[in-house]
Amino acid sequence: MNPSPQQHEPIASVPAKPSLPNGPAAAAILSAGVGCFALSVVAVVADASKPVARFCTFYLPTGPLSGVTSTAIFLWLVTWFILARRWHNRTVAIAKVNAVAFLLLFLGVLLTFPPFADLLLGK
Amino acid sequence: METSFRALITQIHGMLFGVFFLLAIFGVLVELCRSVYETRPPELTPAGHRLQRFYFVCTALLGWAAVLSGAYLVYPWYRAIPPLGVVNLAQFPQALLKSSAATAGWHNLGMEWKEHIAWFAPIAITMAAYVSIKYSSSIREHSQVRKAVLVFVIVALFAAGVAGYFGAEIDDHAPIQGGGTAIHWMGGNH
Repeated sequence: MNPSPQQHEPIASVPAKPSLPNGPAAAAILSAGVGCFALSVVAVVADASKPVARFCTFYLPTGPLSGVTSTAIFLWLVTWFILARRWHNRTVAIAKVNAVAFLLLFLGVLLTFPPFADLLLGK
Repeated sequence: METSFRALITQIHGMLFGVFFLLAIFGVLVELCRSVYETRPPELTPAGHRLQRFYFVCTALLGWAAVLSGAYLVYPWYRAIPPLGVVNLAQFPQALLKSSAATAGWHNLGMEWKEHIAWFAPIAITMAAYVSIKYSSSIREHSQVRKAVLVFVIVALFAAGVAGYFGAEIDDHAPIQGGGTAIHWMGGNH
């Protein structure tokens, strides 16, 4: 009885699918942290400074919120673009990237909380 | 049975985009938690992968629709400044809330927090969608990446929850009204 073709097929001949480097994911994760942190920082600064609030009024009916969020989104996307280009084919120290991203995210959440922001601004 | 144009837009922002976004984030969270306990990589058909991509993209789009409609359609009506001498503040929700110490907190804490933290959710979910689509089943090989996505999705759920809760409470205490045209849903007395 002839053996089946599968029995003759050496396993090594099947090319293993190369694993994706973690660089693109790290770029997306870190830039998301940067975007959230940037939004809260710009919001606090706009709340503290009338000239910044006026500068951030990109769309009058929405007020400074329009500029605060547009600026943060711009910074998020630019950071993502730059990091994605630098890390697109690299494996990076993802634990460190995560630590920085989590810290930025945590600070971002904290700064958006009005009682904390007021405390920081001495209101 | 009728509603105003502004109330209808507010309902679309909150009840359509906002609520469905919140539900969709919960779905993403459940899927991520489930994947932690998988013993083998999931074997999806090409149609399954397409469906998964569609779900992630729709979730992110719902988030952006919620924050953009909120900031550029509903928020201007909310923060409209009443002309001098106006006593009835029903058309000016922010001024109405701030006019009483009993309701000022809904603006000072609720809206001030909601208007900023809400944006964290679509940013985080866009990242989660990108990573989940790009890495698909190979995300199992990147446990740190999956951990980061999970944390961001939990924060997105929290952010959307804060926005949804305060949005509902603020609309309950000082609803967005007016806009000229009354929209009649059904016949009857109007």
